[in-house]
Amino acid sequence: MELILAITIGVLFAVAAFLLLRRSVVKMIFGIVVLSQAVHLLILTASGVKTGAIPFVPQGETALAATAADPLPQALILTAIVISFGVLAFTLAMVLRADQTMDTDDLDDMKNTDA
Amino acid sequence: MDPLVTCLLIPFAAAIACLFCWRVPTLHRGIAVVAMVVYLAASLRLFFAVDAAGVIAVEIGNWPAPFGITLAADLTSAIMVVVTAIIGLAVTIYSLSDIDPAREKFGYYIFLNLMLMGVTGAFLTGDIFNLFVWFEVMLISSFVLMTLGGERPQMEGAIKYVVLNLISSAFFLSACGILYAQTGTLNLADLAIRTRELMQPELLTTTAMLFLVAFGLKAGIFPLFFWLPASYHTPPVAVSAIFAGLLTKVGVYALVRVFTLIFVGDTPFTHGLLLVLAGLTMVSGVLGAMAQFDFRRLLSFHIISQIGYMILGLALFTQWALAGTVFYLFHHIIVKTNLFLISGITRRYSGTFDLKKLGGFYQATPWLALLFFIPAMSLGGIPPLSGFFAKFAIVKASLLGDSQFPLGAPILAVVALAVGLLTLYSMTKIWNEAFWKEPATPLAPSSLSRRDAWLLYSPVVFLALLTVCIGLAPSFFFDIAMRAADQLLHPTAYIQAVMRRT
Repeated sequence: MELILAITIGVLFAVAAFLLLRRSVVKMIFGIVVLSQAVHLLILTASGVKTGAIPFVPQGETALAATAADPLPQALILTAIVISFGVLAFTLAMVLRADQTMDTDDLDDMKNTDA
Repeated sequence: MDPLVTCLLIPFAAAIACLFCWRVPTLHRGIAVVAMVVYLAASLRLFFAVDAAGVIAVEIGNWPAPFGITLAADLTSAIMVVVTAIIGLAVTIYSLSDIDPAREKFGYYIFLNLMLMGVTGAFLTGDIFNLFVWFEVMLISSFVLMTLGGERPQMEGAIKYVVLNLISSAFFLSACGILYAQTGTLNLADLAIRTRELMQPELLTTTAMLFLVAFGLKAGIFPLFFWLPASYHTPPVAVSAIFAGLLTKVGVYALVRVFTLIFVGDTPFTHGLLLVLAGLTMVSGVLGAMAQFDFRRLLSFHIISQIGYMILGLALFTQWALAGTVFYLFHHIIVKTNLFLISGITRRYSGTFDLKKLGGFYQATPWLALLFFIPAMSLGGIPPLSGFFAKFAIVKASLLGDSQFPLGAPILAVVALAVGLLTLYSMTKIWNEAFWKEPATPLAPSSLSRRDAWLLYSPVVFLALLTVCIGLAPSFFFDIAMRAADQLLHPTAYIQAVMRRT
């Protein structure tokens, strides 16, 4: 399972890098989406994929079973998903506005402010 | 109430209060000014509390560390919060005149306050994932401030700024995940303990490089700085002033935090790399500035070269060097913000940022010339201004020879001095072009109303006076910086305060 996930993460990062290097703004945004998905999956996989038990402490015990999944990475991913969703919404609005003001989605036409 | 939490809640409360009177932008101004005054008082209270107690830690929700989220303030964080408050107040007052009603109507002061909350949170948190969250709070507010108004240059700059910062966030998040996988904790103090016990320092160094890319992108170090000069000169002056002063320095602070507390197992490699990057950052920044003839672009390139000095102090990793970094941080934030604010005043008189078109300000407004002269010479490192002592500390630390880089450090000292000279050249260029030479069209200094003049000049005078004060009483400020550096170099007090261990 870890191997499959690791390969998936690698492919996602590669796709994200490819999309981010495109000249179209929209494809670049897709790149950011894929990149954040890759990172979320990376957190999940790096902290260990376990199928033993859900992370509830059984009644009468004081600690989790050793086979239980670690809930913290999932909490981190949840937070990260919420943040990336909000940021993505902002980015899309920004790109829409950029398209209205500049009438182009080609990044090569947006070099006027570069030093 | 607890001094740490108070500092976070004041800008938050101000933003919420502004939201309640969304339709009355006039009220936003009053709330923002009052909030900044209260925030400055609260930050000073935090500073004195930290000064007396050493390190203060608060467990949010009373979950004991390392399980809950901890806020922790050592002297470095407390100093940074005080400077944030000073800059916040200065820029808010400046904004009252500089920001147009349309931007105010769309919540300029709300996002300014939210951004300050994010910055404060990043300085005060004791948890690496919480640091990520505060970074995002700061970033998304800064995205809004950057794009508010929607002018064409703003949008062009914002696309680069937003996308590169999002990529940096992705690096940061991956690094958090991998670090957690290796250590099983996210608390900075707990990480400091566990990474020292960890058996595989090579894997840790790999993670350190991920953090270096993430924070380096935000700090604008070589070769990750290209978004900065492409975007910082596009928003209104008040916005670019607070960005220039504060935001890259949050990245530097995060670098200082992780490379003094967590990644100290393989310093010949990690800090050696920082040393090389510091030199390249200084040189590329200052050379980039020489080619510029736009007031704000030129200053943006100087941010980069100055970041190099701070990284140099961190790379040397001795008490003098870290004290130099801390001193440099608060000197630089004040001076750089002030220079941007002044560029805005010259723009108000002449309608342009182009140095070739500017001119005659020395004759028309001698006081403004003096006000520019103080931070400009301070940036160039002329005694007795604050910049001289900041550069002096860094160069002295390089020449002391007690760092781990007996060969590299003196070379970097020479580079630092040469870059200082070139900085002076750039400042002289602005002086010659904007203040000394005859203007193409005669200036009309009376065009500024009395109210505007007060609102624009008072923050500039305030920050210039601070620069002079730091320069006249350097031992007082340097003593604080030395103690802050001692805490960074020996994090036992920090770890004990957070983990409640003896």
